Amino acid sequence: MDFNDTAEETKFREAAAAWLKTNVPTAEELKGVDAMGQAKLWQKRKADAGWACLRWPKEFGGRGATAIEQVIWGQEEAKVDPPNTGVFMIGQGMGGPTMMAWATEEQQKRYLPKMASGEEIWCQLFSEPAGGSDLAALRTKAVRDGDDWLINGQKIWTSGAQYSDYGIIVLRTDPNVPKHQGLSYFFIDMKSEGIEIKPIKQMSGASGFNEVYFTDVRVSDVQRLGEVGQGWQVALTTLMNERATIGGGRSGAGFKTAMKLASEVYIDDEPAIKNQGVRAKLANWYIQEAGLKYTGLRSLTALSRGEIPGPENSIGKLVGAPKTQDLSSFAIDLMEQAGVAWTPGLEDDENLFQSAYMDIPGMRIAGGTDEIMANIIAERVLGLPQEPRMDKGIPFSEVPTSN
Amino acid sequence: MNFEFSEEQNLLREQARGFLQDNCSLKIVRETLENGGAFNKELWTKVAEMGWTSTVIPEEFGGLGLSYIELSVIAEELGRALAPLPFSSSVYLASEAILNYGSQSQKETWLPKLATGEVIGTFALAESKGRLTPSRMKMTSGDSVSGSKIAVPDGDIADFAIVVGKSNSGDGASLSIVDLNQEAVQRNKIKTLDPGRSHADLTFLNAKAELMGEEGAGWAATQDILNRAAILFAWEQTGGSEAALKMAKEYALGRFAFGRAIASYQAIKHKLANVYVKNTLAKSNCYYGAWALDTDAPDLPVAAAAARVAGIQAYYFASKENIQTHGGMGFTWEFDCQFHYRRAKMLSVNIGSEAHWQDKLISGIEQQNAAGEN
Repeated sequence: MDFNDTAEETKFREAAAAWLKTNVPTAEELKGVDAMGQAKLWQKRKADAGWACLRWPKEFGGRGATAIEQVIWGQEEAKVDPPNTGVFMIGQGMGGPTMMAWATEEQQKRYLPKMASGEEIWCQLFSEPAGGSDLAALRTKAVRDGDDWLINGQKIWTSGAQYSDYGIIVLRTDPNVPKHQGLSYFFIDMKSEGIEIKPIKQMSGASGFNEVYFTDVRVSDVQRLGEVGQGWQVALTTLMNERATIGGGRSGAGFKTAMKLASEVYIDDEPAIKNQGVRAKLANWYIQEAGLKYTGLRSLTALSRGEIPGPENSIGKLVGAPKTQDLSSFAIDLMEQAGVAWTPGLEDDENLFQSAYMDIPGMRIAGGTDEIMANIIAERVLGLPQEPRMDKGIPFSEVPTSN
Repeated sequence: MNFEFSEEQNLLREQARGFLQDNCSLKIVRETLENGGAFNKELWTKVAEMGWTSTVIPEEFGGLGLSYIELSVIAEELGRALAPLPFSSSVYLASEAILNYGSQSQKETWLPKLATGEVIGTFALAESKGRLTPSRMKMTSGDSVSGSKIAVPDGDIADFAIVVGKSNSGDGASLSIVDLNQEAVQRNKIKTLDPGRSHADLTFLNAKAELMGEEGAGWAATQDILNRAAILFAWEQTGGSEAALKMAKEYALGRFAFGRAIASYQAIKHKLANVYVKNTLAKSNCYYGAWALDTDAPDLPVAAAAARVAGIQAYYFASKENIQTHGGMGFTWEFDCQFHYRRAKMLSVNIGSEAHWQDKLISGIEQQNAAGEN
């Protein structure tokens, strides 16, 4: 065992570092440019030089790189503190792979390079008020109208809908067949007439998501991915890529900062860190963080060897999110009465744990709740059977609903 | 990045697992339990013949001179098989102590015999209930030893023990090697939570001994020996945790209630998924521990404590939830669930408890932070 690069990896790392060093935008360049402008500037520059969406084929704006090269690139890019390009993540992480698997060659050539270069931003329209964990229970319907479809209904939890150019969407095209069989998958122009976007105010006061309403929105049948009724299968391509995109942690509120706090605040006449109960809790969070880190290194090793990583990494979000929640809660407790003070929106030393505390409930839900993640481990890793389902084989329109 | 076992190491694992399936079935484990913890000499001889006891002992002392990664592989498989063997006492503790702190002549005397398995060693630590500290230690150690050590794993069958005690000279603590087959040593085999591994109280009446390592430096040496052993203990615990999960899973798939396999209920699925999560965290911490042990990394104390705490937690959790998954039958003498539950607790107090190692983990990080500030 060692943590060294192979000769090829070293060469790649050096090439990446060299390019980054001379090309990362300077403070001067970014002066007065807003976050979106900075993201677009950086993404376009990377794409022009072949450093965007590294694993994608070159003809779609990528580099045709290996999985381990993609990881090495990420490590090197993080070192130069570049503009945050998170706004492209959903399109490139989920939309791109789906388009690559299901769109026509012509569509791939038209949309993928601009997705890679950040010139066009994509969002994902899956969740609905009536379909969260039971995603396939979605109801927003598409009705055929000549060469088009007319969309009516509502999506929810759509990140970035307000600034997106396109969106991937799953719609119910036939309510009279069983749930999974009545779905079809499209990509739509987010500027289409009839789309209304409303931000959701989260419990923390922040707004990272939207509700998206559809009233007679017209989409061409050409923009359908997969056959009519095959939407669930197409959605699975997207979802398989989602879990790689959503992490469980939160930078800042973690073992290190909790340990620092415990050295600064007092229990009785001693720093809290001297207290055995405090030490035990901190130790448990340490082994969780270390365990996730080393699990990640095991997966990287598989990638480096050109193998597919084992199922170990499926534990990431299920461990990371509850850990951050409990750690933040405990850190606030350590501050005693003073812990109640919080200025929403700030993540400095004074607000770090409170901000994490108010934000982390969402991470236990997004991209598969803790309970769904546990089901996935039980079914896909351990091979345990699914629960029987009451909606199997019944037309969707006859399935009991909550409203 | 190469944070995985090599092909050869995986081959060794397969070989070890196959050997233990054939020679250390749960029937063998049960026999040991039912006859009160009699030492399975036959299995010990076979294991020694395969070279497992000599894995990391250098060739000049009759060993195979392999790395701690190979020893980790064997530890994991022994843990998986619940092997009723004095392996941890003789290999992770006694052999390691002599390898790292013995004089050249002590190495020449003991290591070849430890390598072949003809001699079994152990490490005598505890003196009373609760955590042992240098100030509360009553045992005296040096060229002779006096006092008592209690619940010494494999103390009834071991040929010698490494004993930590207050230095005879009065200066700090010292380690000594004590032949247990002398009249001045009284052994009293005790009943324990885990008869799969025998234990004895040892009384030393001015017994002959040989000082090992520097006089007065025995406490620091003990901590180092325990740190190194902790990683291998953690691998045994990880192997046991995986075996307990497998047992629970197989039972849940075959047991029907309310018309379907209980493995299809989320209450059971989530329970077993949580076991898998803890097992994976423990295993990944063990990986890093194995690397730290193999390279003598500066953060070995932290790596060891992390692996140890994660190993203790995973095995306890897996073993109790295995019983729970089995329902009433899991609580019977007839079923095998008890083996893991017993072994989990035995391994978790041998060389120090969860709370003890949680404390050590944070101490190790405090030391790293202090070193970083200087």
